[in-house]
Amino acid sequence: MTLRTTLLGAAAVMALAPAAFAERGADGNVNVLYWQAPSIMNPYLSSGTKDVEAGSLVVEGLAGFNEVGEVIPRLAVEIPTVENGGVSADLTTITWKLQPGLLWSDGTPVTAADAVFTWQYCTDEAGGCAQAARYEGISTVEAVDDLTVKITFAAPKPNPYQAFVGGTSPILQAAQFKDCTGTKMAECTAQNNAPIGTGPFMVTDFKVNDVVTLAANPNYRDPAKPAFATMTLKGGGDAAAAARAVMETGEFDYAWNTQIAPDMQAAMAGGGKGVFVNGFGTLVERIEMNMTDPSPELAEGMRSTSAHPHPILSDIKVRMALSMAIDRQLLVDVGYGAAGRPTCNLVPAPEMFASDNTGCIPQQMDAAKALLDEAGWVDSDADGIRDKDGKKLAILYQSSVNPVRQDFQALVKGWWNELGVEVELKQIDASIFFGGDPASPDTFQKFYADVEMYANNFDGTDPEPYLAQYLCDKIPGPDNQWQGENINRFCDPAYDALVAELGQTADMAKRAEIAKKLNDMLTKDSFVVVPLVDRGRLSAHGNTLGGVVLNVWDTELWNAQDWFRVK
Amino acid sequence: MLTFIIRRILFAIPTLLLISFVIFFIVDKAPGGPGANIPLTIPPDVRAKILESMGVNDPLMVRYVLWLKQFFLIEPGHLIDSWLGTDWAGDAQRILSWESRSPVFDVIADRIPQTFTVVGTAYLLAILIAVPIGVYSAYRQYSWFDQLGTFVALVGYSVPTFFTGFLVIVVFAINLQWFPTIYDTTLQVTDWASFWKQLRQMAMPVAVLALFNAAEISRFTRAAMLENLSQDYVRTARAKGLGERAVVLKHVLRNSMIPVVTVIALGIPNIFGGAIITETLFAINGIGSAVIGAIKANDLPMLQTLTFIFAVLIVLFNLIADILYGILDPRIRYD
Repeated sequence: MTLRTTLLGAAAVMALAPAAFAERGADGNVNVLYWQAPSIMNPYLSSGTKDVEAGSLVVEGLAGFNEVGEVIPRLAVEIPTVENGGVSADLTTITWKLQPGLLWSDGTPVTAADAVFTWQYCTDEAGGCAQAARYEGISTVEAVDDLTVKITFAAPKPNPYQAFVGGTSPILQAAQFKDCTGTKMAECTAQNNAPIGTGPFMVTDFKVNDVVTLAANPNYRDPAKPAFATMTLKGGGDAAAAARAVMETGEFDYAWNTQIAPDMQAAMAGGGKGVFVNGFGTLVERIEMNMTDPSPELAEGMRSTSAHPHPILSDIKVRMALSMAIDRQLLVDVGYGAAGRPTCNLVPAPEMFASDNTGCIPQQMDAAKALLDEAGWVDSDADGIRDKDGKKLAILYQSSVNPVRQDFQALVKGWWNELGVEVELKQIDASIFFGGDPASPDTFQKFYADVEMYANNFDGTDPEPYLAQYLCDKIPGPDNQWQGENINRFCDPAYDALVAELGQTADMAKRAEIAKKLNDMLTKDSFVVVPLVDRGRLSAHGNTLGGVVLNVWDTELWNAQDWFRVK
Repeated sequence: MLTFIIRRILFAIPTLLLISFVIFFIVDKAPGGPGANIPLTIPPDVRAKILESMGVNDPLMVRYVLWLKQFFLIEPGHLIDSWLGTDWAGDAQRILSWESRSPVFDVIADRIPQTFTVVGTAYLLAILIAVPIGVYSAYRQYSWFDQLGTFVALVGYSVPTFFTGFLVIVVFAINLQWFPTIYDTTLQVTDWASFWKQLRQMAMPVAVLALFNAAEISRFTRAAMLENLSQDYVRTARAKGLGERAVVLKHVLRNSMIPVVTVIALGIPNIFGGAIITETLFAINGIGSAVIGAIKANDLPMLQTLTFIFAVLIVLFNLIADILYGILDPRIRYD
């Protein structure tokens, strides 16, 4: 064992050695494949992951997240905290110090004014900035001097690392974008496709939804990096083709999001040209229970509203039984392989926020049946379906069109049938299901079904806004154009009070404790949300590409400056 | 002839206007919206602002009239400006894609070269292969050559390109490692080495598409040839003592070309339309993948513009086919 560890250590040192002697541009070209092709390089105009990640090679924030979710400095000297005085004791201001001598790729100096401009750019009322949520709660951003940015919040902000932190909130060059504010935002095609940045690379050519050609930024702050002189960021094809190009033919060095069926993962891993890397973030595939009655017999405007509690699912015993009947490990094996793991949590990560809730993982069919008997749902007419007071235990289970989801629906339907529940399945095209059109009856917000399945996650490492989605006043309904985020129509005053408490708590340990409690209230205490699979990222890189560290908290290309060619 | 062409073109204008409205209306009324591509992590109020800034919420007629103006006035103005260096269009708003926020015509211009190279070559190759095969198959009907041709055509036409494409990838790219699976659109052909590279990356998609197209054209050629070979004028030509070569290639072939030319001419708009499946399979990123991308992203301006361009091309090539009839068959006169 010791020998093996030593050898592994030696191998790791050998692999890392070239990085130590590398100089900028020494390793030639690196080929990266994003099968969903980047369509724009400015993350303020597109919230799509592919665009944010491509953009992150060029534009950066003051700080970012590392692979374990810690905030790390990028353009800033250090991370401001209450201890070092960077964050005021009342949590209403944060003061960032820029590294001295930073240059944009065009050779002009980076100043605090650029950060102030970026804030104004994204918060312009006429603009439609895709990342406006990153700047929420900020009353002013000011340049104290050329290297000092001071952000003042309207109210105490326990998590001040939102604006200018991570790939979704980079600093733009004021000089380049000064004529692109407000309604002009989308019209600045040249700027949006080739922003001037501080990142390791700069755009030399951009073909929409096809390929981005990049070259090492001559003014990058570390003179030895990046090791690659050029990068080709190609788009197109599908996940399987992308995995093939890295794992089997070796045409590409890195392929993003190679989410393919588990048997294909195993077959491709045998190709010998590359390896899969995975990481787990906060994306959870879940079944959401509708706490209100979606019955078509109700008038339009009454269906799935709080005025009518759900006739079956309002009973916690039914919800619990439905959760217990599911074999989550089997779902993972069928649908995700290395890119998934069973979970009972709505907030599965970061580790400090993840509750130790694993009770749902073993399937408990008999206990589930007993629970339904206890709740009064018994099969009185021997037709295989339980009933109570003349009403059948029948539910409508909807999801978006997606091969894995349809497999999941079929499996879950099998288990629920075994339980004595009649299940009708419904699949809705993703563009309608997630389209948010208030006129459509098939959006996930409208929830004209008893249960529905999809995946959701949160941006960054702080679960507060995510958990705050389940407040009583965020229930979608006809009065708010069905735009609320509380999909289940869950409403518990104790939950609302605890979320309010979280909003005023700065101490991290205390925050984690509250977050876990909120997570449990939605999952194991109430079974309103039934988490199934913690869906990770699965990407692939070639054996000759070194330095890859998969990061689920920031963009996948977060450390492209450290990549090198293994010789 | 000229008055016929002018009349047809004038007649095409209201037809195309009607088509443009129908396309705009149908695409707009299709369920789903661009909001589906915004991640759920974006809060509802921000989402609403993004959609607002795209102009998604403007009334249908307002968007249609704006699109007409952009398509027929501003975009041609831009084209002329870029050729002549004038400034007719000024900084008037061009048709912007909802997904990429880039001008739709710039994206199309980016994509035409690879679609032309791959789909166009495949089509040309298909014609060059299919016509001789069709002629010879008909001339030697029921010979082993004809039987083989029939079999290959049947396979080529009935096996979908996503299957043949995947098959050639597995055999030639993964097992033999002869060809790349991902098409490089940045490749510039400047010398023999890059030309060789270009040939290699074109080989598989061109072969897949050529097989598919050749199958159809060869069947049409064969059928038309067979019909003509049994005509009286063929017997007369032979009785006059003309050589077989002259009979078949001059008399029969020319008369058989009318249906074949129709099929070929009406197939040309498909070159512009790209090959949706083949382009996606080999990551060629031409027009076909732009169409499918726009559908997936609910990028209506892109989809409406592309669909309308296809409609224009179909109307145009119908006209061209009609004109070619007149050239091939002197009996057909339009005046």
